[in-house]
Amino acid sequence: MSATGIGAAVRRKEDFRFVTGKGQYTDDVVRPGETRAVFVRSPHAHAKIKSIDVSAAKKMPGVIDVLTGADLATDKIGNLICGWMIHSKDGTPMKMSAHPALAAGKVNCVGDAVAVVIAESIAQGKEAAEKVKVDYDVLQAVIDPAKAQAKGAPQIHADIPNNTIYQWHLGDPKATAAAFAAAKHVTKLDIVNNRLVPNAMEPRAALAEYDEGSDHLTLWSTSQNPHVARLVISAFVGITPEHKLRVIAPDVGGGFGSKIFIYPEEVVCLWASRKVKRPVKWTSDRSEAFLTDAHGRDHVTHAELALDADGKILALRAKTIANLGAYMSTFSSSVPTYLYATLLSGQYNIPSIYCEVDAVYTNTAPVDAYRGAGRPEAAFVVERLMEVTARQMAIDPADLRKRNFITAFPHQTPVIMAYDAGDFHASLKKALELADVKGFGKRKREAARHGKLRGLGYSAYIEACGIAPSQAVGSLGAGVGLWESAEVRVNPTGSVEVLTGCHAHGQGHETTFAQLVSERLGIPFDNVSIVHGDTDKVQFGMGTYGSRSGAVGMSAIVKALDKIEAKAKKVAAYVLEAAEGDIEFKDGKFTVAGTDKSAAWGDVALNAYIAHKFVGADLEPGLKETSFYDPTNFTFPAGCHICEVEVDIDTGKTDIVNWTAIDDFGTVINPMIVEGQVHGGIAQGVGQALLEGAVYSKEGQLVTGSMMDYTMPRAHDLPSFHVGLTTTKSPSNPLGIKGCGEAGAIAAPAAVINAITDAIGTEDLAMPATANAVWSALQRAKPRQVA
Amino acid sequence: MYNFTFHRPTTVRQAAGLLGRNPEAKLLAGGHSLIPVMKQRLAQPSALIDLSKVEGMVGVELKGRSVTIGAMTRHADVANSTVLKEVMPGLAMVPGSIGDPQVRNRGTIGGSIANNDPNADYPAACLGLGATIITNKRRIVADDFFTGMFSTTLEDGEIIVKISFPIAKKAAYEKFKHPASGFALVGVFASKRGSDIRVAVTGAGSNGVFRVKSFEEALKKRFSPKSLEGLSIPATGMNADIHASPEYRAHLVGVLARRAVAKAVG
Ligand SMILES: Cc1cc2nc3c(=O)[nH]c(=O)nc-3n(C[C@H](O)[C@H](O)[C@H](O)COP(=O)(O)OP(=O)(O)OC[C@H]3O[C@@H](n4cnc5c(N)ncnc54)[C@H](O)[C@@H]3O)c2cc1C
Repeated sequence: MSATGIGAAVRRKEDFRFVTGKGQYTDDVVRPGETRAVFVRSPHAHAKIKSIDVSAAKKMPGVIDVLTGADLATDKIGNLICGWMIHSKDGTPMKMSAHPALAAGKVNCVGDAVAVVIAESIAQGKEAAEKVKVDYDVLQAVIDPAKAQAKGAPQIHADIPNNTIYQWHLGDPKATAAAFAAAKHVTKLDIVNNRLVPNAMEPRAALAEYDEGSDHLTLWSTSQNPHVARLVISAFVGITPEHKLRVIAPDVGGGFGSKIFIYPEEVVCLWASRKVKRPVKWTSDRSEAFLTDAHGRDHVTHAELALDADGKILALRAKTIANLGAYMSTFSSSVPTYLYATLLSGQYNIPSIYCEVDAVYTNTAPVDAYRGAGRPEAAFVVERLMEVTARQMAIDPADLRKRNFITAFPHQTPVIMAYDAGDFHASLKKALELADVKGFGKRKREAARHGKLRGLGYSAYIEACGIAPSQAVGSLGAGVGLWESAEVRVNPTGSVEVLTGCHAHGQGHETTFAQLVSERLGIPFDNVSIVHGDTDKVQFGMGTYGSRSGAVGMSAIVKALDKIEAKAKKVAAYVLEAAEGDIEFKDGKFTVAGTDKSAAWGDVALNAYIAHKFVGADLEPGLKETSFYDPTNFTFPAGCHICEVEVDIDTGKTDIVNWTAIDDFGTVINPMIVEGQVHGGIAQGVGQALLEGAVYSKEGQLVTGSMMDYTMPRAHDLPSFHVGLTTTKSPSNPLGIKGCGEAGAIAAPAAVINAITDAIGTEDLAMPATANAVWSALQRAKPRQVA
Repeated sequence: MYNFTFHRPTTVRQAAGLLGRNPEAKLLAGGHSLIPVMKQRLAQPSALIDLSKVEGMVGVELKGRSVTIGAMTRHADVANSTVLKEVMPGLAMVPGSIGDPQVRNRGTIGGSIANNDPNADYPAACLGLGATIITNKRRIVADDFFTGMFSTTLEDGEIIVKISFPIAKKAAYEKFKHPASGFALVGVFASKRGSDIRVAVTGAGSNGVFRVKSFEEALKKRFSPKSLEGLSIPATGMNADIHASPEYRAHLVGVLARRAVAKAVG
């Protein structure tokens, strides 16, 4: 392993600019003549708009224009769309409501954009926005997903009965029912997977500029996938043809999924900039972010596990209601279906599974993918069922898992996924050792002496990453392919630019991708630069989410590098006056087999461009190759996390006293970055389990609309993590990478709740397990005797 | 934020004069309660009268059997005051528990008690020690000063100049932090000064800071956590929100009172 190659803990290249304030985020981009967009948003969750009067606002100082949904309709700007088709059990397609970028006659959640003021400054825009008179006829709202389908519930979209988007299912209902009928033990659980607000550090922003001379639009945007944004905005929303729109996603300060989607604000900025013929910028403030970023999770589930007398799993079934909010966001339909139910087999041999999912509209912000997207919900169902089953059957929870682990690969689960590699016994074993589970009893007795209840919780999670084989997702309803692209440009001086269709917003691609190139071409790490996030520079690509950039994005780079090497060998053959078949390439040097003749990488690169040693008829000059890589399967990161907690009996407050994470991510490019991803993921998972929860009032006001009420995890909420790896390489991509970005967030919630419920002796505990919630659970239950 | 004019007087008299002439004006201390509501466009003062350059409003002073703290003294300076830590560390605990370093380096004691946020920490210390609030017009005892959520007996044009705390031999503060904001979900200040025993609670009551007479009575027999065992207060009148039910707040009052007394005698 070289100092900067694969497996080296290289410091992140990008951090210098980030930590010294020299990053370029969308809001940092300033264009001449720039104006500011200020949105007028609905204060009501559900209301008819009787009238909008913008006349007073238009007269306010500094106001350039005030636009409404009626103007949008006049200009024939299309709706936002959801790009993944799901069919209901009965074969009917999902019911997607219209989603105009500015409300058309009706608002469906608090924060719905009703009008936009384009002004010289934000202050002037805000003054004017207060002068826009909207006359609302307030309607009853429906907030609780479990009540959305009820008879007499308020109808959100007139053409969609019972607020039901689809009633989908997966698996074999008959076989599952038969297995349950024959079971010795059945575990039943009711689970609410709490709604989360993403809260990326950088709020969303959009800056649109119309160039009248060329009839071209440019959008700077906080996007995780600028090409997808360009495609949707041009082909579906119809702002302008694809080739007349450039989307630039510069430095982006965190996304966690929330910046995958195409939102009303960027559409409005583009449209408005063409209307006012000046650049239009919008930067969300934190309050707007709480209201309008797509939220995550929000499932209500009943789940059951059937077992035989020996604790062997026979079947699993689950019925979930998924809240998709007021409108279907870009990929919302796929999250509670193919990203969720397909993982319900967990790490276990489960002969039959049946899952039903109803997706519903409510008068709340749209819900879409958020770190883990569907997989945390699945892992929570499976790992809570396992722990509760172990307690009910009086089997050690580690032992119950061992009895049911999948040990032979490939393994076809009953829910589509075919696991191709893994070693679940290995990660559990290592976790048991590192967490000193043997010593737990002693620690628990010691804690009891200080008025503390100690508990231990496991989470043996699995996820599907490396999203995704295009043909497979196409057959499941995806509107796009999920391959990735790369172009490798070797410069005449031998330095290299890699243009990737992935997009980094915290992941460190500028470092890890350069490590791959450095290792493969034997050139210094600093001679490689990574270009991403600009549709004018980079070939079409699918962006970054679903832990795909390593497994899919880097595989595309590997394929492009293969082509580079092949071409470079041809050039080297001319330079070294040898047969192409005799050229060997190693450590940045071309040699003629069996001789001491060699040419350095830089010589060959230069010769490719000066083209003095060969004629064009034999070999094209230049050294630049492109590849589009489509994976053969998902990848399956998996592992075992063990959480140890202490609960203060008097206050119900939980302290996480120990965290062990053993993960199998396949090949690790940069262990430091991977460890950072694990830390961040666990922090978000602990946030969900202990602290976070978006709460709406019955009327649909977001009660947790600021940092004063929405509890983000802080450093002091977390212990120092003990992390480790076990490795089985993914056979589905050339590097053997599985992906690490979401694992922590997927594993953590179940580990925390399993630990607390172990400590307090009752399963009756919902997330977030605040001190009040734990104390109340203790009051409701007769706690098991403290050992 | 709406537009406003800005004044920076150098004496209390000047500040009071400006307040008198601008009925829609607001005093500006650390700005950590006022500026956020202005940014959210929920407050629209016509003018801000900045107290940061007013003479004689900063510092912690030992005066006989009391400690006087200037209204413009920052939380961090009170928390780190060597004088205070020596004569009454229990009071220094209070500003030390407020917010984060940024908040502690800007926010002031005067701003905190004038604002009387129902979850703020200082009101518990004022009531829990029987402090006297000294304004440009009069002296007000803490028991009369706090009149409910975000409300005090301060009149228009009245400026808090300093606060005088009698030194209690035994005094301590126990705070259960609101998980999101870091304010007091419940905070209890307990003190014993001769026969004057006080237990003051912030964060819990729907009417702001209050004293728990039943606990004080029990502690008169013996100032020890044991005296409070089995005692509780009813949930009626407690705040209810997504972070804590009235029952939970009432329960925490008991737990924290015992812990505060233990710390005070400890
Ligand atoms: C993130 C954050 C966390 C916080 N956490 C806590 C916490 O844990 N505990 C806690 O107790 N507080 C907390 N606070 C509040 C903080 O302590 C404030 O600083 C304090 O409440 C107000 O003091 P200030 O000096 O900032 O006053 P300002 O915001 O300047 O003023 C507040 C009000 O008091 C008036 N006022 C100010 N000075 C005087 C005076 N001398 N006479 C009369 N009226 C006056 C002003 O006109 C205004 O109406 C937090 C604040 C923030 C932003």
